[in-house]
Amino acid sequence: MTSFDTIHSEAGADRHAKRSSARDRLDRLQRRLPPGRALSWLILTVVFFWAVAPAIFTTYNPVEGIGGAQLKRPDAAHLLGTDALGRDLYARIVYGAVHSLTGAFVAVALGLVVGTAFGVVAGSVGRRLDDAIMRLVDVLLSIPPLLLSLSIIILLGFGTVNAAIAVGVTSVAGFARLARSEVVRVRRSDYVEAAFGSGGTFWAVLWRHVLPNSLTSVIAFAALQFGSAVLQISTLGFLGYGAPPPTPEWGLLIAEGRNYISTAWWLTTAPGIVVVLVVLAANRVSQSFAKVIP
Amino acid sequence: MTVLTDPRVPVLEVSDLAISYHDGAHYHEVVHGVSFRVEPGEVVALVGESGSGKTTTAQSIIGLLAANGRVDRGTIRLNGTDISRWSDKQLDTIRGARISLVPQDPGSSLNPVKTIGAQVGEILAIHGKLRGKDRERQVVTLLERVGLSEPELRARQFPHELSGGMRQRVLIAIAIALKPQLIIADEPTSALDVTVQKRILDLIDELRREFSTAVLLVTHDLGIAADRADRVVVLQGGHVQEEGRAIDVLASPRSAYTRQLIANAPSLARLVTRMPATARPPVGAAAAEDIVVVEQLVQEFPRPGLREAPLRAVDNVSFRVRRGTTHAIVGESGSGKTTTIRAVVGFQKPTSGRIRVDGRELAALNGEALRQFRRRIQLVYQNPSASLDPRQTIFDIIEEPLLNFGAVTRPERRERVMSILSRVGLPEATALRRPHAFSGGQRQRVAIARALILEPQVVVLDEAVSALDVTVQARILDLLDELQQDLALTYLFVSHDLAVVRQIADTVSVLRGGRLVDEGPVAQVFERPGSDYTRELINAIPGRTHPAFA
Amino acid sequence: MTSRYLLNRIGQALLVLWAAFTVSFILLQAMPGDAIRIKFQNPELGLTPQQIADIRASYAADSPLWLQYIGAIGNFLTGNFGYSVHAGVPVSASLAAHLPVTLKLATLGFLLASIFAVAIAFLSSLARFAWLRSAIQSIPSLFVSVPTFWLGIMLIQIFSFRLKLVPVINPGPWQEFLLPVITLAVPISAPLAQVLVRNIDDVLTRPFVAVARAKGAARNRVLWRHVAKNALLPTLTIAGVLFGELIAGAVVTETVFGLNGIGGLTERAVGTQDAAVLQAIVVLSAAAFVIISLIVDLLYPILDPRLRTNPGAAA
Repeated sequence: MTSFDTIHSEAGADRHAKRSSARDRLDRLQRRLPPGRALSWLILTVVFFWAVAPAIFTTYNPVEGIGGAQLKRPDAAHLLGTDALGRDLYARIVYGAVHSLTGAFVAVALGLVVGTAFGVVAGSVGRRLDDAIMRLVDVLLSIPPLLLSLSIIILLGFGTVNAAIAVGVTSVAGFARLARSEVVRVRRSDYVEAAFGSGGTFWAVLWRHVLPNSLTSVIAFAALQFGSAVLQISTLGFLGYGAPPPTPEWGLLIAEGRNYISTAWWLTTAPGIVVVLVVLAANRVSQSFAKVIP
Repeated sequence: MTVLTDPRVPVLEVSDLAISYHDGAHYHEVVHGVSFRVEPGEVVALVGESGSGKTTTAQSIIGLLAANGRVDRGTIRLNGTDISRWSDKQLDTIRGARISLVPQDPGSSLNPVKTIGAQVGEILAIHGKLRGKDRERQVVTLLERVGLSEPELRARQFPHELSGGMRQRVLIAIAIALKPQLIIADEPTSALDVTVQKRILDLIDELRREFSTAVLLVTHDLGIAADRADRVVVLQGGHVQEEGRAIDVLASPRSAYTRQLIANAPSLARLVTRMPATARPPVGAAAAEDIVVVEQLVQEFPRPGLREAPLRAVDNVSFRVRRGTTHAIVGESGSGKTTTIRAVVGFQKPTSGRIRVDGRELAALNGEALRQFRRRIQLVYQNPSASLDPRQTIFDIIEEPLLNFGAVTRPERRERVMSILSRVGLPEATALRRPHAFSGGQRQRVAIARALILEPQVVVLDEAVSALDVTVQARILDLLDELQQDLALTYLFVSHDLAVVRQIADTVSVLRGGRLVDEGPVAQVFERPGSDYTRELINAIPGRTHPAFA
Repeated sequence: MTSRYLLNRIGQALLVLWAAFTVSFILLQAMPGDAIRIKFQNPELGLTPQQIADIRASYAADSPLWLQYIGAIGNFLTGNFGYSVHAGVPVSASLAAHLPVTLKLATLGFLLASIFAVAIAFLSSLARFAWLRSAIQSIPSLFVSVPTFWLGIMLIQIFSFRLKLVPVINPGPWQEFLLPVITLAVPISAPLAQVLVRNIDDVLTRPFVAVARAKGAARNRVLWRHVAKNALLPTLTIAGVLFGELIAGAVVTETVFGLNGIGGLTERAVGTQDAAVLQAIVVLSAAAFVIISLIVDLLYPILDPRLRTNPGAAA
């Protein structure tokens, strides 16, 4: 919150009038962007830049260790300590961001595109197709998500992209259901009937009213899925089905740190906290998404 | 904590009451120093439109303000004791026992998963009155007292098995169970049909006489206040505008606002405002033709069970509407009035019967022909916030019908939208805003503008003014009247409110249970009703028998 | 609830189950990933290609797909889930051996999660201060954000290595389950608590609550007698979702704590591409899911009077 303080001290130079207006502005800012949400945006921004340009944040090599610096406790040289091969943990976490974020992004995109397409078709086209699609969705829902992911991993093999696809497939059913129910809800509304009543054709009404009004909550749901996708991908990484070592994927980091659980607590603690913070931040931001959209 | 009964002190004395709500950042005062009193056994009506603070005031008296509301100043004296600062625990001892509540919406005011008997019995249990069999017997007695048939059966039933009127009777039974000194009736009948409304109000009247209970009647309907109250308190924007004996306030209102309310209340206004369309000079040569013809319309809906007979929502209804006139279709809920007009605008295919609009046989229309037909007849919905797409701007909403029928250039579209906007009394600056920025009345103006932009012959108004406050309603009715005269429109006006119908319509059809029970010119139907049901409907109009207007 | 509805609903459940079986068969059996080759091509075993082919024939791995499919359906219906290529024992025997641990873990985990969720939901609506309420209500969103496996590791780190409260080596029969049950309960309790909190908030705004208060009912009485049942009923609808979470949680928890249940079995089956085992687990959990949803659907009208149709009672 240091930036807020500077705003305040600058305003203080001009005494009362300006001070109160700065106060007001601060008030308004705080109402629009409460501290929790501001912090969430900050976390997501930092992690995004970790993924885009990790070299800015650390000079250490994430894959090659430094001889003689094995299992060092966190200190000034190694913010989060080092692992058994002398690799800087902070550097590994920074370089690992790209795997978690792209994985989650691919997973959500897959679920969003495929699921929403199914849902919109089911909700707007005839009864038969609707029934067929929704039965298929029921089937997907009946298999516990993790088992569905694992089945797909057996089929496709291990790896970052495969893990992302495996996670994405589990969200297809959820997207399809939501998109369909939204489309059906909007189609029943008075304004859609009014649009037909004023001479709108099926496609015009679908494009002007049904899609814009039903897809907003789908988008909000996608934002919410992002956090859960990060979580699921780290789980698959932990189980060893994601990226192979020495990739510094977060779940894998925690799995590797497990071997030193009694001696090097930081190896499991730090990456886990990062995952928790990213997921919390993603969920928090997506909630505000859902509120902003009318 | 005991509240003594003293005949010299008023049951309720509210003085300088101010209440505010927290909107997430600040407290906003909505009730600004309201004062009034209720004497023992008296009925006082708290009258006002939405936003007047009448419900907030009533809620604060029984200590049930919403969580973000607070009493800023003032006192609420119950038999002389100020209860405005009492804790919930203290209030629990008098709620139900000394003050009770008859709520607004009987549909959601009973717990859906508990039996009627349990919910009536609960008030006896809370205040430690009667146990076991005695309590059950008392519950049955109460249910019988409020006029429910088969009270033993009702006690075992769940709320969803009862009609709205029956549920309101149950809620009244709860309110009178402990013979309180004051009953707060918060819009007790606004969710009910007029004939049911009359019966429920009669029941409250009868019971309060029997128990000499005072009633604080919160209502938006000046007619109800005129009929039922000894004294009237008129609220506007959180201020008391006027207070006095009902008969005096209605006969010689002192404040301008009250005068306006009385003038705008359809049931109270004398029939001077409108020149019947039939008396106007005919517009064009074909003025005398029937533009809407409905013959023996039957509409059935399949029921879920395969063996059940289909539900017959409209049963053999016929009527004709002459060009340039207003025809009203009147009925209570379940009368089939909405189903009828949905068939007329072509949203559903009738099971049998003929519908002809502007010379076109509706049954023959399909696909593109039906789409083209829509230029001739437009529908305005009851609830404008549901019938306007929240994501479109006002301009988009009004322009859309023009896009559907192409061939209008962009500048011309703009010009037409702007001209219709000022036609319905909205400033041009509103064009780029979205519906949520407008009040209910303004939204309904937008909906009317959208209906008119295609220059239709017939406009169907489905309860189009029912959700609006009376003063707003009066202005929309004026607008409709003006548009009809200028554009030679034909209106099909669907309503449950006979008073409004008398004001605006030339001819009327009265529906009941899907059948036509009465029809004819408005004056004739009102003066010489052709059926008992029409007579009952007319008698149920609140305010019409008030001595101030006799 | 007519018998017609009942039959219809059961038929629907069977259809979904059959489709789930087919999907899992396509994913796991019909595709090229080949557990037999992985296991037996290992040069140390010194098997000739001819011997491998014989083994493949004994697993019927080379017969036409549709024959395998028909055979698999028949086998599943008779409770024969095939052979675990990796372990060399019938899948059904393997499942039976591993089931008790998972059942115990899941049951205890679910019970604890329910206690957590109900506690969070009702404490937050009883809380007098806004800050306390929002603090309690933010617990579920924290719970959903914590990776289950990491939570388990943290618990081991804190309770076993730091505080030395729960021994790592040779724990007692209950100690062994203490940390896993907590680990499993946390992610399960989160969605349950969220739904409950939302329902309670929603029910509290309904007019019948105001009517109950106007009768003179105290806040607590209203909460327990009026709000509780109305808020708890809709949570039944997420029973299926919770079951899925329970399975996922069991896999992860058993892996972290080295428990030898279905979860551990699943993890090893994926590692060794033992498709027969995974398919059996997938189909059985789908069956469990379908049965749970069926029970919920049939139970709902009994618990919620609005869905009961009493002929003749309506008037």
